[in-house]
Amino acid sequence: MKKLKCFSLGLMMLLLSGLAKAQLVIEITSGADQLLPLAVVPFAYEGQDALPADVAQIIENDLKRSGLFEAIPRTNMLSLPSKKEDVHFRDWRLLKSDYVVIGSVKQIDASNYEIAFELVNVLSQKTVEKHEGLAVKASGMRDAAHYISDKIYKLLTGVRGAFSTRILYVTAEGDRAAPTYRLQVADADGHRPQVIVESEEPILSPSWSHDGRFITYVMFRDRRPNIFVQELATGKRQKIAQYKGLNGAPAWSPDGKQLAIVLSKDGNPEIYIFDIATQKLNRITNHYSIDTEPSWEPDGKGIVFTSDRGGNPQIYRVDISSKAVERVTFEGDLNTRARMTPDGRYLVTVQKNDGNYHVALQDMKNGRVQILTETYLDESPSIAPNGSMVMYATTYNGKGILAVVSVDGLVKYRLPSAAGEVREPAWSPFFE
Amino acid sequence: MSVNKLGKMAVIGLSAALIAGCSTTATETDTSSVSETEAKTVAAESTVANSNDSSAKANDESFGANGNGDLSSVIVDGNGNVVSADVAAAAETAAANAKDMLLGVAHVFYFDFDKSIVRPEAREALAKHAKYLVANPDAQVVLEGHADERGTREYNMALGERRAKAVSRYLTIQGVAAAQIESVSFGEEKPLEFGHNKSAWQANRRVEVRYE
Repeated sequence: MKKLKCFSLGLMMLLLSGLAKAQLVIEITSGADQLLPLAVVPFAYEGQDALPADVAQIIENDLKRSGLFEAIPRTNMLSLPSKKEDVHFRDWRLLKSDYVVIGSVKQIDASNYEIAFELVNVLSQKTVEKHEGLAVKASGMRDAAHYISDKIYKLLTGVRGAFSTRILYVTAEGDRAAPTYRLQVADADGHRPQVIVESEEPILSPSWSHDGRFITYVMFRDRRPNIFVQELATGKRQKIAQYKGLNGAPAWSPDGKQLAIVLSKDGNPEIYIFDIATQKLNRITNHYSIDTEPSWEPDGKGIVFTSDRGGNPQIYRVDISSKAVERVTFEGDLNTRARMTPDGRYLVTVQKNDGNYHVALQDMKNGRVQILTETYLDESPSIAPNGSMVMYATTYNGKGILAVVSVDGLVKYRLPSAAGEVREPAWSPFFE
Repeated sequence: MSVNKLGKMAVIGLSAALIAGCSTTATETDTSSVSETEAKTVAAESTVANSNDSSAKANDESFGANGNGDLSSVIVDGNGNVVSADVAAAAETAAANAKDMLLGVAHVFYFDFDKSIVRPEAREALAKHAKYLVANPDAQVVLEGHADERGTREYNMALGERRAKAVSRYLTIQGVAAAQIESVSFGEEKPLEFGHNKSAWQANRRVEVRYE
């Protein structure tokens, strides 16, 4: 009897994972015993129109994607409570669910809804968190679900959730020799993509301002790279660099007042700081080698960058006030495009070993290096604002796609691409 | 009917010239946000920016149209209406000379992985480009450097530029004025071959010589 149940559970999970593939491929490589089991019960719905989104499913997908949770499949649930008094704790203990998320959606009028949710501890039978009367528009249903995911994630892990964040990325579609390039923004789960810029010439290196209101990117115009700054809400933009030679790799300072950029106007690629208020340039590096791919340290005092001044490309750090340079990476045949976790503890790079390019994580305290990915031609790593995940570009079945790996290397998933090549992901900051 | 058409063309030409005037200002603040307008703006500006300095170098462009992309051929078509007859004739002779000088000469030069050294087999062809540029001091050349897909995009932008500069040095050593040469990089953004293998990578590590 018990065996049979186990078997059917396994079968169900297999079926469910098959279904999930259509939307988002989740391959969790960590041991299942480390995952926190919880059940997100389908939310009760009361209203005239069809429910705009399956809120519970979005929450479940969010939490599963974090790689820290195991969700009890809906088909195994013995009841679908939406209020705490209807929760039969014995059933959920039997399903080995430590927590239950229940809730309801109520339609108020044509476009307004109200959401209630409750997070309940199965063992203690106590309410961990309860919210009622969350006002939501039909178009904001996904936002509400991500908001609830953030709440649950924070309560159960102690870390701020990053489900309400967004991503920038570049797609190239159409004729491969002359594709159409589109800079797009989407939810962190890849849903609700919107085109920000469309061009027949390449777009690269998108990144966010500290508050997520502005973006910066490189776009070719008349066969030359230019750097743009653009306000997301209005689409208003400014060209900030169109010097002779390279204009590249823009990176916003943590205080939002400056941009680190790369220019070769003085002969070879150097890092400059562009002050937004004064529109003035301050040259930071001075070396005949390639200096590029600047990224700010979280405190804004230093910039890490790629340089081949030692022969092959490695990561260096420059102190902005003294302009003193020190080498940071020593392992691997080369290291490029460094990004630092928000706490400054880890450095993520693209490292080459035996001809393979992978995302590597270096502990800034003890220098220990871990290779996080095992996909093909990995590049453009970008770290979630809570420091939990790294999104990067890779090649899968001969096509450019986006993938995500947790900073401990255990959780991995791919983001689906509808058509064409996807590249250059940039994870947004938190939106306050 | 035909007069009407001509009138329309003149208006288009005039507005293009006006836009060209605008686009030369150092920092622009343009507010185009919708994707489709964007594409049009980009296309319009690229044509305009080229036609801006095209009158001086009509001869090079007709040559450029020969071996290069549709951009320059668009300009040649568009300029037919504007350029006066004698200038056009002079351009034609110059173009013919240029064509003779660089007939069958390679425009694409290849590089080793992570290297920017001009290969020995490239020297003969590059010497011919140098000779042409020295003989035509008004000619402008753009050296477009490219990298293969491996490695990060901005580093490859730098690598592509380094390759273009290596070719540029080779030309200046042979007496070409530095002012005639511009080095730009496309990094890994514009591959010639799309495979993920050694032969595709080799084909993509290149510098293309383009006359403006």
